[in-house]
Amino acid sequence: MKVENPAGDIVELMTINLGPSHPATHGTLRAFCALDGETVSAAACEMGYLHRGFEKMVEQGTYSMVLPYTDRLNYCSAMLNNIGFCKAVETMFGIELPERCVRLRVIIGELSRVIDHLVCIGANLVDLGAMTNFWYFFNPRESVYKIWEKISGARLTNTWTRIGGLYRDAYDGFSDDIRAVVTKIEHAIAEVRALIEHNKIFLDRTKDVCVVSAEDAISWGWTGPCLRACGVDRDLRKDEPYYGYETYDFDTVIGTTGDTYDRVMVRMLEMIESISIIRQALDKLEDGPINSTDARVRLPNKQAVYHDMEALINQFKLIYEGVRPPPGEHYDATEAANGELGFFVVSDGGTNPYKVKVRPPCFTQYAAFGEMIEGSLVADALPTLASINIIAGELDR
Amino acid sequence: MAKVVARPELTWAERLYFVEIFKGMKLTIGHALKTLSNPDTLTTLVYPEVQPDLPQDYRSRHRLMKRPDGDPRCVACYMCSTACPARCIEIEAEEAGDHHIEKRPAVFNIDLLLCIYCGMCVEACPCDAIRMDTKKAILVDDARHKFIISRDQMLDWDPSDYPDTDVTSQEAPGGKLNEEARKAFESGTGH
Repeated sequence: MKVENPAGDIVELMTINLGPSHPATHGTLRAFCALDGETVSAAACEMGYLHRGFEKMVEQGTYSMVLPYTDRLNYCSAMLNNIGFCKAVETMFGIELPERCVRLRVIIGELSRVIDHLVCIGANLVDLGAMTNFWYFFNPRESVYKIWEKISGARLTNTWTRIGGLYRDAYDGFSDDIRAVVTKIEHAIAEVRALIEHNKIFLDRTKDVCVVSAEDAISWGWTGPCLRACGVDRDLRKDEPYYGYETYDFDTVIGTTGDTYDRVMVRMLEMIESISIIRQALDKLEDGPINSTDARVRLPNKQAVYHDMEALINQFKLIYEGVRPPPGEHYDATEAANGELGFFVVSDGGTNPYKVKVRPPCFTQYAAFGEMIEGSLVADALPTLASINIIAGELDR
Repeated sequence: MAKVVARPELTWAERLYFVEIFKGMKLTIGHALKTLSNPDTLTTLVYPEVQPDLPQDYRSRHRLMKRPDGDPRCVACYMCSTACPARCIEIEAEEAGDHHIEKRPAVFNIDLLLCIYCGMCVEACPCDAIRMDTKKAILVDDARHKFIISRDQMLDWDPSDYPDTDVTSQEAPGGKLNEEARKAFESGTGH
């Protein structure tokens, strides 16, 4: 393809497709690139290859039936999506959750954030040719999945929260398991940092690569670790605290330059902060109920259903009709692993959501991808894609 | 207060690269030796020969609970099929013959290819008739119709093999609680 550049010269460009089904894109994403030698002159992104119609599908069922769908948004940290949606519906009702439920949601949510970052950094380093780190991160991640098996009965699609409570309480020995696994993760983080932090290849390939300025990041609508890597101190857990995050002692982590290095290291240090939150929450975890007693939202206790007529009627009403949030529009966001995960729920007072709009964090980050890689090498474009952590399930919904 | 990511500059020894390579090799070879000396610490399984050890309440293939006479405990109330987000449960009711029970399922099919194993059917059941604790999580067959399991397939298990531990099978009671639930059911309070 011959084009004229701004200086008036005719240059020969080659067009290639990065993706949509290429192992290095970590999902079905397509970036259409015009190459001048090894340099990307222009790039345009396309999405929609994993579109499953989440927003339309959830209108067909009750609010409880939305929960399994949210597992399939960001499948690396399914429980954070469960928590995000449940929190949105719970705030529509204005119900208070029992303390134990909130603490468990914080512990499981932070551990989900940690394993999401483990996958993101591990896969990012594989794109740079560092396979070993991937295995050092995936070993503790497998231990976390063993905990998921026990607490939720599933590994990937956990569906662990319920509107007004939790699917299941923590099992015996839960605290010890979590404490053991976070120690393992800390050990893995230390090993990987020892391998990469003074590694010339890693630093040369990530420092000052695909830099995004703080102004650009804000105008693209970025959130989460990628925004913080650009030097903007914005974290919903700090700025709009929910679930008592203001009572935990932790710091946000910010970068200075907004390059791939900062994006990797912000995630790396955030894991350490999350582990500190998990430990504090475990110390404060006390016995108690895990479900709200509000009969409008949460199924009654099973023993009561077997013996008590009122509980049985309550069970029938909640299954056959479902929960009915008051009519109105409501937006609620949580800090998910990738950034601000928002649910905009419109209720007409009925049992099915009238409309659920998801604000996925990757969507805004992927929108900037084409502009980010313009002027960089093709080999740098792929680690950059990994560093903004695009999860196609969440991007396309 | 925010922590700022440090951007260390490399020293000349680190820039030489070989020193860091050897440090890295020390770490990885250390891992290799540790694993070789004690292969039990490996996280990986020699998969089909060694099967994963699933917890009892892992959400796996469904089973239908039984009454003492072997009939299904299910009263065909359609709660599970209503709660199912994947709409994979098909029930047809018939008269039970016993006026205390009134209804029972003539057909109770679950299409396992549609099922997403969310456990909402178990949570919805008002008489503890369906559970997902068979530990059968890996299903292989050669035709689609074989994945539609029937009432009799889900009833095909021996109550004497049922674990007597106090693990709650999803939301329904298990172990000793199972006994309690059955008594409540037989005594009439569960009707």
